Order: sequence, then structure tokens, then C-alpha cells
Amino acid sequence: MDNIFPQLPEIISTTLWTILKIVAIVIPLMISVAYLTYFERRVIGFMQGRLGPNRVGYFGLLQPIADALKLMFKEIIHPTKSNNVLFLLAPILTIAPAFAAWAVIPFDAELVLSDINAGLLYVLAMTSIAVYGVIIAGWASNSKYAFLGSLRSAAQIVSYEIAMGFTLVGVLMCANSLNLGEIVIGQSGGISQWYIWPLFPLFIIYFISAVAETNRAPFDVAEGESEIVAGFHVEYSGMAFAVFFLAEYANMILVSMLAALMFLGGWLSPFDFFPDSIVWLLLKVAFLLFFFLWFRATFPRYRYDQIMRLGWKIFIPITIFWIIFVGFMMQTPYREMFH
Amino acid sequence: MDYSSAVFYFFSFILLFSAIKVITSRNPILSALFLVLSFFSAAGLWLLLQAEFLAIALVLVYVGAVMVLFLFVIMMIDINVEVMKKGFWNYFPAIGFVSIIMLTEIILVLNKPFFKTPALFKAPIKSNTDAIGEVLYSEYILPFEIAAIILLVAIIAAIALTLRGKKMHKGIDPAIQISVKKSDRLKMVEMGINKFKTKKRVKRN
Repeated sequence: MDNIFPQLPEIISTTLWTILKIVAIVIPLMISVAYLTYFERRVIGFMQGRLGPNRVGYFGLLQPIADALKLMFKEIIHPTKSNNVLFLLAPILTIAPAFAAWAVIPFDAELVLSDINAGLLYVLAMTSIAVYGVIIAGWASNSKYAFLGSLRSAAQIVSYEIAMGFTLVGVLMCANSLNLGEIVIGQSGGISQWYIWPLFPLFIIYFISAVAETNRAPFDVAEGESEIVAGFHVEYSGMAFAVFFLAEYANMILVSMLAALMFLGGWLSPFDFFPDSIVWLLLKVAFLLFFFLWFRATFPRYRYDQIMRLGWKIFIPITIFWIIFVGFMMQTPYREMFH
Repeated sequence: MDYSSAVFYFFSFILLFSAIKVITSRNPILSALFLVLSFFSAAGLWLLLQAEFLAIALVLVYVGAVMVLFLFVIMMIDINVEVMKKGFWNYFPAIGFVSIIMLTEIILVLNKPFFKTPALFKAPIKSNTDAIGEVLYSEYILPFEIAAIILLVAIIAAIALTLRGKKMHKGIDPAIQISVKKSDRLKMVEMGINKFKTKKRVKRN
């Protein structure tokens, strides 16, 4: 699409046009985050034989809006001796990368904000800096529980990022490109061409690492209620807490989106007789998001040393082995399976 | 002023500002965070030069990994700035000498015609990632492999330094934990509950 402000000077028109495009991505994202929380409460409710929120609006559909309004009007409390600037900066630093990563996500063959060559690396970089918000929140709140939570979370995110990065190496070996759009197009030709089949172990490891990266159950030791109350955001209230919450869910949608793009063929339809469209992408993301909720309702929380063992001693060796295996297979007559 | 030069001035201003704040800020955590900001703005400048791979690698490696561990360590140390600044003027002559030598070295290096070439601003023909990969694995394969081996040695050395032998080892073996049976933990004891009750009654009387 062309710039809609051709009469203004270039600096202003480009900035305005870019901001408009960003808003067009962020607002649907915020709405999906709000309804993901509703969906989560309903799904976990049904799994536990309850109804979940069903009082505000039809089937409780207005519940997320009521929650958002409540959080907006609550007071933000600063703990004594906390570092005020960093205390308020932490939620912003958590949510900014969660939104920034969406810049390179292709929703369709044409529908992408910024079609850069190194899209996959960019996403990896953005998800890796999300840890700053958590660390700073823990330090700036001047509280033991928050600090312990942030240390746990930082170590966990740094560990699982390595396994996650290695799985992406497998994907880019198959796709021969770092551009997310080209990765999806490399999987065209129906469900049998998706990278989930040749890279099945990497897909499983990517998804489990994604659960760990987003600090979701069963890897949510950063906010283990039974040990350290609410972890790194224990001192936050009102909208500052809500921003952490938003970031967590935005990250969940982001990693599901990435898994759908890299392993499940993105917007491509699974069978040739259906047209490719964004609907497929959204369906795949919703399917993967359901797993996040399912895990939360099913598994008990991991112990901290078990998390570290799983990340370092199991996932990293498996990913390295599978990368070497893929590289080896590409030199054999079976190379068509890996492209 | 066109768009890219506006972006250039924006990033350079933030880069210089944050670089100065790294050394002037009193709080070491803030210094580390300003260093992160300066890495970020440097990455932005590299993006303007269409070196997207280098820019993102800078963010990924330095911001996403190195500085996180830095912050991790700094946060856990109780740094007293007053104590650290105590001997500043005693050390000043030595510091001044070293910084003058470094400054002259940097000026000598940057004065070379190599750094004045306008070729830096020429866009690469294909993607930056492809170009770096090709050069790295053909022309510079030997230095690249040597660097990899040096890094490997550093990893092994770091592990060897922290490994204190089996004596200090308090880790647990998950295999043993999982294969635990009820009989290993529980011991059934015959309490003789009736005898206990009668004894109590006797005591009360």
C-alpha cells in the first residue's frame, strides 16, 4: 500500500504512515490478548468442572473489558525505597519487545509491516530482550520475593533461549532463508510439505521452550505462588501489573504465531483444494494457544533444578544432534524431504 | 533533511547521550542499562548502513545475552560508590597516561585511508546475511575456525574453573529420585494404640 499522506514533508508523512500501520497491528493484538484471558479462564474452568466467568455480558464475553477497566482505575503503589524510574520502566520494557516482534510477522503473502531479510533473527533478538523487564522489575521493587523471582526467570529465559535458537537454525537450514515469508512459501504444497515432519523433534523442543520462555505453567517458577508469592511482579498493582499480564499473553500469541509460521505452514492451507488465507494462520495459532491453556490445567509446576536439567542436558544436545542430522541428510538422495 | 538522515541523527544523539551516561551515572545498574541503550542505538545505526545481520547479531548477543548476565551479577553485588571513588586522585596520573595512549592509538588507526572509504555506504548486492556467510566460510574460514576453537577452549576453561570435584557436589540424581519405592521412604511401626490409651487413663487417675 502507498503512503496516504503524499502532500506532507517526507519525515512527517513516513512517520505518520508507519504509526498507523503499527496501530493496525497492535489494536487487534490487544483485543486478542483480552479474549485469550477470557478463553483461558473458560477452558480451564471446563477442564476443572467449573463454568468460569459467565456473568458479565452474554456468556461472560464482557469480562475482559470489565477486568481492564478495574485495573485501569486502581492505584499504582510504589514500594518504599524502590527505584521509581526503573520501577515504572520495567513493565514498558516487558511489553515493548512483545509488540515490536510483530513488525516482521507475515499474516499473508503481502500483509506484513516490514518484510526484512533477517526476520527470524529479529524475532529471536526481540524475544531475548524481553528478559530485561523482568530483571529490572525484580531489582527496582526492592523486595526479596520480587528479586528471587526475577533471578529465577532470568536464568530460565537465558537457558531456554539457547535451545530455541538452535531449533530456529534447523528451520533456516530447511528454508534456506531468514525471511519469515520465504520460510512459509518454502512449505507450500500441502500438509506433507510442512517443516513439522522433517523437524518433528525440533518442533516439540521449540514449543516446550516457548512455554518456558513465556514463563507459563508448568515452567512458571518465576511466579511460583507457593514459594515466592507472585515473583517478579509481586509489588505491582493496577495498570502496571496489567501491562506485565498483557506482555505475557502477547508473548504467548507471538510464540504460537512463530511456531505456526515455521513448522505448520503459516497461511498455507493444509490441502490443495482449499485456498490459502489468513484464516488458516489464525486457526493454527488458536490451536497452539489451546495447548498453553491445556498445559496449565494439566501439569504440576516443575522444580527449579528440573527445569535447568531439562533445558541444558536434554534439549540442547537433542537440538544439536538434529541439526547435524539434517545437515547430513541434505547431502544424501533423501534431501527432498528436508526442503 | 531526508528521512534516513533524520533517523541517523536521532540514533547518534541517543548513542552519545547514553554512552556518556554509562560513565557518569552513579548507580551501577543504571550504567549497565545505559550501556544496553547505547548498544541498541548502535544497532540502529548499523541498520541504516543496511548491515541488518550485524545489527541484529549485536542486539542478540550483547543485549540479549552478555548484558543480561552482567546485570545479573551487578544486581547481586552490594556496590558502595563512595568507597569505590575513594582513591580516584591517587590513581589519576596512571589513568590519564593509559587513556592518552589509547586515544592516540585510536586516532592513528582511524586516520588510515581504509576507514575513509565511501564504500561503506554502498548497499550490498544481495542480502547481508548471505554475503557474510559466503565470505566467512570461504575467504576467512581459517580465522573463523580458530576463533571457534578459542571460544571452545574458553568454555571448557570456565567449566573447569568452577568444577570443584565430587566432594562439593550436592546435586541430585533424577533417575534415583524417580525410581524410589514406598518401602524406601516409609517405615510401618506398630504403635500398640490400645496400650497407649490405657496408660494415659492411668496417668490421669
